[in-house]
Amino acid sequence: MTPVLETRALEKHFGGVVAASQVSLRLEKGARHALIGPNGAGKTTIINLLTGVLRPTSGEILLDGKDISHVQPYERVRLGMVRTFQINQLFGELTPLESLGLAVSERLGTGGDWWRRFGTRSSVIDEIGDLLERFSLVDVMREETAILPYGKQRLLEIALAFACRPRLLLLDEPAAGVPDLERQEILATIAALPDDVTVLLIEHDMDIVFSFADRISVLVNGEMLVEGPPAEVARDPRVRAVYLGETFDA
Amino acid sequence: MLKATRSHSTEIAGLLTARARWTVPEIAFWLVAFATIFVLPDRHLILTEIVIWALFALSLDLILGFAGIISLGHAAFFGFGAYAAGLLAKHGLIVEPVLALIVAGLASAVLGFFTSFLVLRGTDLTRLMVTLGVALLLRELANRFSDLTGGADGMQGIEIGPVLGRFDFDLYGHTAYVYSLIVLFVLFVIARRIVRSPFGLSLLAIKDNSLRAAAVGIPVNRRLVAIYTIAAGYAGVAGALLTQTTAFASLEGLAFERSADVLLVLIIGGAGYLYGGLIGAVIFRFAHDWMADITPQYWQFWIGLILVLIVLVGRERITGWTRPIRRLADRLGNWRPARPRALGASSREGGER
Amino acid sequence: MLTILFDGIAYGMLLFVLACGLSVTLGLMNFINLAHGAFAMAGGYIALYLVNHMGMPFALGLVAAFFSAAAIGALLERTLYVHVYNKSPLDQVLFTIGLVFMAVAAVNYTVGSTQQFITIPASLQGQIQVAGIGMSKYRLMIIAICGVITLLLQLALMRSRLGSQLRAAVDDQRVARGLGINVGAVFAGTFAIGSGLAGLGGALGAEILGLDPTFPLKYMIYFLIVVTIGGTSSITAPFMASILLGIADVAGKYYMPKLGAFVIYTVMIVVLILRPQGLFAPSRPR
Repeated sequence: MTPVLETRALEKHFGGVVAASQVSLRLEKGARHALIGPNGAGKTTIINLLTGVLRPTSGEILLDGKDISHVQPYERVRLGMVRTFQINQLFGELTPLESLGLAVSERLGTGGDWWRRFGTRSSVIDEIGDLLERFSLVDVMREETAILPYGKQRLLEIALAFACRPRLLLLDEPAAGVPDLERQEILATIAALPDDVTVLLIEHDMDIVFSFADRISVLVNGEMLVEGPPAEVARDPRVRAVYLGETFDA
Repeated sequence: MLKATRSHSTEIAGLLTARARWTVPEIAFWLVAFATIFVLPDRHLILTEIVIWALFALSLDLILGFAGIISLGHAAFFGFGAYAAGLLAKHGLIVEPVLALIVAGLASAVLGFFTSFLVLRGTDLTRLMVTLGVALLLRELANRFSDLTGGADGMQGIEIGPVLGRFDFDLYGHTAYVYSLIVLFVLFVIARRIVRSPFGLSLLAIKDNSLRAAAVGIPVNRRLVAIYTIAAGYAGVAGALLTQTTAFASLEGLAFERSADVLLVLIIGGAGYLYGGLIGAVIFRFAHDWMADITPQYWQFWIGLILVLIVLVGRERITGWTRPIRRLADRLGNWRPARPRALGASSREGGER
Repeated sequence: MLTILFDGIAYGMLLFVLACGLSVTLGLMNFINLAHGAFAMAGGYIALYLVNHMGMPFALGLVAAFFSAAAIGALLERTLYVHVYNKSPLDQVLFTIGLVFMAVAAVNYTVGSTQQFITIPASLQGQIQVAGIGMSKYRLMIIAICGVITLLLQLALMRSRLGSQLRAAVDDQRVARGLGINVGAVFAGTFAIGSGLAGLGGALGAEILGLDPTFPLKYMIYFLIVVTIGGTSSITAPFMASILLGIADVAGKYYMPKLGAFVIYTVMIVVLILRPQGLFAPSRPR
């Protein structure tokens, strides 16, 4: 079966610094894959390469078997590859309502409508309502995003990704810095994702990783160290060495 | 859960479309504007000028206030439209002004489309330079091809036909004013519609955080090209109006000073809520008269001083005076306008805690 | 042909001295100073006044132009510019355009709008023949002076404390402060030197470029082109860019007078298209 996502010998150099070296990943449909590694291992670089924010120095990225290395970031979103950001990237001057409305409109292909007033499509509206409910954003939906509490902003960050109906979801430390209550909400929503959605999770919190993932890749200094099922990875002496040898910063 | 969603849906639809509803202050604004046709008949020449500045500033607002593109060469499109209208009239290609206006606007839009690709990439600084460069280039061209444009002497011998074949331009500028005001109003309504559409909102999103905009599937470059093209067309119409109402086109329309002045006009009124350019134009024109009275010839000094003061005091505080008006509009229409602050400042501030 | 090359080089070196201050404020301090030409104009008019009306020797006039422009620069930097460093590019642009307008109007008011020329001593007038090429003495002097300045700048930036302090202050203001560097003074000093050089350039160029109140606007684009093409990471790149620009402009005006400045603007835009990022903001890894 064609994997949903595959990278072949992906490389990224910044000047002389090698941020990603010969990275080969393979995610089958419906996979719950975690990418872990110490700080500075290049995890976010990988996400940026996958989503097209960065151009790879060499190597290939395949989505459903098709090379997307030269596809624009927004087109990758339309192909179903959606990400969340480790540091919130939101529209500070818009409300959650408008932000989600935008994302839904874009997905439905009506985002470029320049004559129809915003908010007059019932399909868009119903979906926004649904998302606001699921992410407990109803009470703040008309506030300016920039002034929302951090927990709510984090929920909106995840909700924006869900609004794009991902087939492949890249989660970059989704629960980082979130108060416990919202943390549970986020994790529950991620756990409740349909089986046919493929997930790549970057996470420091090993509890989350081991409860969620069915496969784990360990990235160290831009290189894949180990890949396998959780139990196998946990036993691997090299992984232990990496995590024991350095400050464990989960 | 589905039921709950339904009840939200009506509220959500209401909240989202409220942005697009006409508010009482807006209606009042336009009533006053149209009332001037009858109330101030002996001021129509000045009022026409104001309308043209307003339209020009409105076009800049579309790219600066809504898409966050700084331009130092917006006069390129104004001047281009002005010459286009001049040439159409002078050589009798299109005698009827409204049609000529549309053609001139489209010509500027085409120019805008092709130059838009230059402003897509790069920082604010490169955008400044490219827009400035394009305007200077055009000015240089217009100066060199003087057999076509009249060069430094301006384009002479332009004769404008009657509007719609019926209304002749008169010496007192009555026809010119009514004509210009209607053009402004129509284009304003269109602009208003555009910025309240999904497309318009996506521009605000791009200005706010273009990284995220792309991450929710917004084709950032395509949207910027589109709005830049539209804004260029608007500026072209403004320039064409100037030619038609004065029967003259000159290099001044392309000058750097004009690009700088239109920035000032927009900044005075506040960018990002469409009325800024209109209000700014009124203030600018009267300030111009007043300053020219004190020191004729050297009013440029005062313009400069105002710019310096605006920045030192802070644009936020300067345009803060429009906030009560907008808050009123907000309450009446339930519409929350985009804040006219730090355009072009770091666009990644949204998510900081 | 060779005369054009010679004139072009002289013109280019002049442009470099005029623009290098801008290159520093833009590249290192990240500030868009569109009013840079105003300092050049100030230097030009001061030298012109001292030489033409007070009978000061030409060389002294040049020195006076440098120091007075530097003083004006330092004064404005401390009182006005310092409040604008951290504002958005749009604010910086509005602010410096405002300054340009004020300068233009003020000069227009005080000395009038006619173009003026500085009286240069007889010893610098005329040409000398070197290997069959006619060289203007005045332009030779420009090349000599500007060459020396370029070398001094290069040495200063590489060797002196100001150079390293400036680089530290720019890289990280907080760290620089922590190291005991007076960031404000470093910026002011840099700004003053840049303005002073512009003033000197204005005085030197008064003969070639002419001097009238619209000087800052007329040459703004030239300065920006130098910085655009040359980038801001070193002294040598803008220097090369200036020379190229000088030669291209002189040659363009000579061979294709009909096209005028067209060639230069086109070159600038093409460069901006080809290298939009690398010019001002070095692309940094995220």
